[in-house]
Amino acid sequence: MSQPTALPRWADIGLLPIVCLAVALLVAGIVVALVGQSPWQVLAALVQGAFGTPRGLSYTLYYATSFIFTGLAVAVAFHGGLFNIGGEGQATLGGLGAALVALWLSPVLPGWVMLPLMLLCGALFGMLWAAIPGYLQAYRGSHVVITTIMFNFLASTLLVYLLVNQLRAPGNVAIESAAFAPSAHLMSARELLAGLGVDWPGSPLNASLLLALLACVAVYFFLWHSRSGYRLRAVGSSPAAAAYAGIRPRRHIVLAMAISGALASMVGMNEVAGVSGKLVLEFVSGAGFTGIAVALMGRNHPVGVVLASVLFGALFQGGAEVAFDVPGFSRDMVVMLQGFVVLFSGAMSYVMARPLAAVLRALHWRGAKHG
Amino acid sequence: MAGVFPVPALQMVGIHKRFGDVLASVDVNFTVQQASLHGLIGENGAGKSTLMSVLYGFYPADRGRIEVFGKPVQIRNADEAIACGIGMVHQHFMLVETLSALENVMLGAEPHWHLPSASAPVRERLEALMQSTGLYVALDATVADLAVGERQRLEILKALFRGARILILDEPTAVLAPQEAQQLFAVLRQLRAQGTTVILITHKLKEVLALCDQVTVMRAGRVVDDMPIARASVEGLAQAMVGRKVQLDRPPAVVTPQREATPVLLAQGLHLRDASGVQRLAGVGLQLRAGEIVGIAGVSGNGQSELLDVLSGLAAPESGSMQVLGRQFASAAWLDPFTARTIGLAHVPEDRQARALVMDFEAWESAVLGYEHLPQYCRAGWMRAGAMHQATAEMMERFDVRPREAALGSRKFSGGNQQKLVLARELGQAPRVLLVGQPTRGVDIGAIEFIYSQLRAMRDHGCAVLLVSSELDEILALSDRVLVMVQGRISGALDIADCSEERLGLLMAGASA
Amino acid sequence: MDETLIASVLASAVRLATPLVLCALAGLFSERSGVVDIGLEGKMLFAAFAAGAAGAFTGSTTLALLAAMVVGVMLSALHGLACVSHPGDQVVSGVALNIIAAGLTVVLGIAWFAQGGQTPPLSVDVRVQAHWQWLVQAVQPLPWLGPVIAQALLGHNLLVYCAYALVPLAWYVLYRTRFGLRLRAVGENPHMVDAAGLSVQRLRYMALAINGLLCGLAGSYLVLAQSANFSPHMTAGRGFMALAALIFGRWKPWGALGACLLFGLLDAIAMRLQGVDIPGLGAVPVQAIQALPYLMTVVLLAGFVGRAVAPAALGKPYLKGR
Repeated sequence: MSQPTALPRWADIGLLPIVCLAVALLVAGIVVALVGQSPWQVLAALVQGAFGTPRGLSYTLYYATSFIFTGLAVAVAFHGGLFNIGGEGQATLGGLGAALVALWLSPVLPGWVMLPLMLLCGALFGMLWAAIPGYLQAYRGSHVVITTIMFNFLASTLLVYLLVNQLRAPGNVAIESAAFAPSAHLMSARELLAGLGVDWPGSPLNASLLLALLACVAVYFFLWHSRSGYRLRAVGSSPAAAAYAGIRPRRHIVLAMAISGALASMVGMNEVAGVSGKLVLEFVSGAGFTGIAVALMGRNHPVGVVLASVLFGALFQGGAEVAFDVPGFSRDMVVMLQGFVVLFSGAMSYVMARPLAAVLRALHWRGAKHG
Repeated sequence: MAGVFPVPALQMVGIHKRFGDVLASVDVNFTVQQASLHGLIGENGAGKSTLMSVLYGFYPADRGRIEVFGKPVQIRNADEAIACGIGMVHQHFMLVETLSALENVMLGAEPHWHLPSASAPVRERLEALMQSTGLYVALDATVADLAVGERQRLEILKALFRGARILILDEPTAVLAPQEAQQLFAVLRQLRAQGTTVILITHKLKEVLALCDQVTVMRAGRVVDDMPIARASVEGLAQAMVGRKVQLDRPPAVVTPQREATPVLLAQGLHLRDASGVQRLAGVGLQLRAGEIVGIAGVSGNGQSELLDVLSGLAAPESGSMQVLGRQFASAAWLDPFTARTIGLAHVPEDRQARALVMDFEAWESAVLGYEHLPQYCRAGWMRAGAMHQATAEMMERFDVRPREAALGSRKFSGGNQQKLVLARELGQAPRVLLVGQPTRGVDIGAIEFIYSQLRAMRDHGCAVLLVSSELDEILALSDRVLVMVQGRISGALDIADCSEERLGLLMAGASA
Repeated sequence: MDETLIASVLASAVRLATPLVLCALAGLFSERSGVVDIGLEGKMLFAAFAAGAAGAFTGSTTLALLAAMVVGVMLSALHGLACVSHPGDQVVSGVALNIIAAGLTVVLGIAWFAQGGQTPPLSVDVRVQAHWQWLVQAVQPLPWLGPVIAQALLGHNLLVYCAYALVPLAWYVLYRTRFGLRLRAVGENPHMVDAAGLSVQRLRYMALAINGLLCGLAGSYLVLAQSANFSPHMTAGRGFMALAALIFGRWKPWGALGACLLFGLLDAIAMRLQGVDIPGLGAVPVQAIQALPYLMTVVLLAGFVGRAVAPAALGKPYLKGR
């Protein structure tokens, strides 16, 4: 999917993302300075807000949870050779699927049946929403980027329609569904830790973080230790070699998208089951796009995705805190930074790989001279 | 007949070009006289295309100089080449399918910004050109609707329109039927008569002999021969192209190969056209028996690659049938690569980097490509990394793949070691039929003998081996029987004992045995 | 049906389609040259902000327009740096531009105007007004088509007419000029154009420059004619709809125009149909109509209503040499 850079592998995987991040931070910092804030003050407040208190840390991890799901989704699709921009729509459908089965069955089923059922139903919905564009790409040649963008819009209109017309709790002015029965709630961090005797402040952080980490492990094992994952990566890397090996590319394209959609759908568990306990309009709110930044920064590896997710979670949470402390700051600065990260890690990495390679060569040359 | 001009049309002196590790041109001196037809021949990878790409400005040479009509020139891009009077007709046509013929010719040299006003003078000039050269093309037709022969005429017209006095044609007859090729030759002779210098890049020796005044032979990036056509012969040229004097001494067989009566592979009437509609296989039939190596000789480009694709299941023929290892396949329900491996048919492809290995994978993953479903590598859908690593280590040990690091990326191995890994993988499955394409391309001398001995050992243990190679020596060193392919069909079959340079040369040139 | 209703729906459709037309034309030039443009949304958004900000600071319509177009060109140039001068992924670059625009416009808006990201409303003098009201009054009372023509065709502001006039102009440039021929060629077979002695990069950058100017116009329309100021995320997916219209129109100017008008019509109908009962169907949910443009594009892409053949070299970075 991308051209190899002139850098040695360690620099390509380890150093270049850091350099790209640094450049993105630098540019964002310049913007911050230009609008009259102090970049250092903002940065300090950001770090403090994200990690300085248990509550802040919880929020950071709560945001990171959604990003892990969407980041993994984009990463798996990339390994299959596809760019899945449809994370927003797939996450929306995931939440919808979970909510539908929760509204229907939560009063009668116990939690330990309800929650897996919600996860399953959400995953099926998300899978479907991704597999259709995948099928269209594999079997009809429709560009998956355009179709997933269209499906994002279709998902949001579908959600609005259902919430406004079908699912709204009777007599409710707000555009949201009825609340689920308690069995459809994921335990929050506070409840979990209280069970262990630890006093932890309330926050949206919930057990879906554990689900996210589990998903990371599962993705890792799938991609690098399962036969399907092996074949998927072969198709994504070299369709000609895959064909030679008797692997059918089209099947694996659809599979990659389906898995991707299922992963993105789990944002629904975080938001709908873990936080709100009902279906609301804006529960995805950009997580799909952040997932792209996360996957690019994390070089499409689960460990990288987790690290990048925590980074972005910190930026979101820290950004919210900074908005309180520093006048004139808003969450949108984080959005902007996120855009810069996508730009520099994604599209402009070649622009920066060359000077970086030159620097490395100069250092090596000097080192060789002295050595 | 080329007249005597004081200044050669083109002189390339000391051209040197390297791509990474590969030396594409090594101190090449190439001179072409004015108003002559000059053939430039050589095998794939010999360096002819690189040389012409340098001349046309696609990339600069590392060293060397170029003189056009006696004037030293710097050619940094296609624009400067065109300005020097150099025109090129590429092997893969440089045409925009959705535009008309006229628009394609005009592109880059439009006399006016307003298209309709620009078209009129262009049309006039083109019609005059068509008259004088005999190259007719429907100017208002969309290129997508033009047949291959017409597209080529259009390409030549395009070059002449831009004022080419030196015309380079890269493998022009690769896409033409015999009659169309004759028409092209008539046009080229006409152009020469009008003073145009033509350089013909080809690997078809008969054409060069029929058409050219002078021929230059390249091999491995160097010019190995340069002579007027009167002194050239098919055999001489073939020999210069492929290298060492043909060796007929073979090591004595360790085990007298048992040739069974029933063939393990029987293919009949294979026909295949490529995406552009050119016939690549024109009724190929062959038999393979257990315990023999059959070599397919012939200058590459005559259908050998397509034959391997069809026999291995990568492509299905339009018509024909195949019986292999007890299974029947008709063109409607052809073999596929997965089934091939299941029944014991292995394939070492010609294009190592694109097909045989996944470059982004590490060696231990590439080492099971195509066999990842086997129980020794996979259990209940999970890959057995330990077993895979071990298997890779064994393969590397047996075939002396260096460095012995299973975790190294496939891309990082040298060409020869990549090839050894591929061979280790395919041979390690103890196939009963083995299809091999260019087994020693890019492999160092030391490894070549090892690979030969492995192939012979396969044969001795009862495997049926089909060997495709552009190196005639290789075919003669290994084969028990030799088939020669020309223009998509088998032109002759010889037992190894009956093979001689002369007979093979004749078969390769298309004459009957 | 009521003539005034038809007239006002058509008039709405024309106005709603205007930014789509401008954006679609922008995408047309870029994609015909082989560069995918997912970033139409972001460029339009940023241009709208630039127009709003410049209009608020200077009180001049011309400067607002100029600012919008300059910003559009700068963003397109950035896209070009990533994807044309270097082999960056064109889709990723477009997505990045969208995200950056979404964030940066609000950041600057808050910093400069402290109104939660909005720019101050522009006065009537700065905004572009409908002209020829006298003509509208004159034609309105005519029987049959009077109201329709008056409102739908004659009552619009200059930018609307400008946008629609650009369609035949775009057609002319693309199909009747030397530049257009070269542009179309470079989107189909850049190797051929290179071998013909032209610069692929230069052609693509020029296409991107035109793209930037048109996105600038689209964005400034939103602020100078449609609303009176910039508000965060005001483009609301119109850039993607324009992309869909471009594809639906098979990468041709008149086709794109038709698709934009169709989508504009759907948008206009959607608003009016809210809560209205259609005999036999019941109340049509407004979301169904809103979803139609996207659904139609997917159906088209899936090849169910004929093939939409993209420029052959679309999306592939051009690397010299074989």
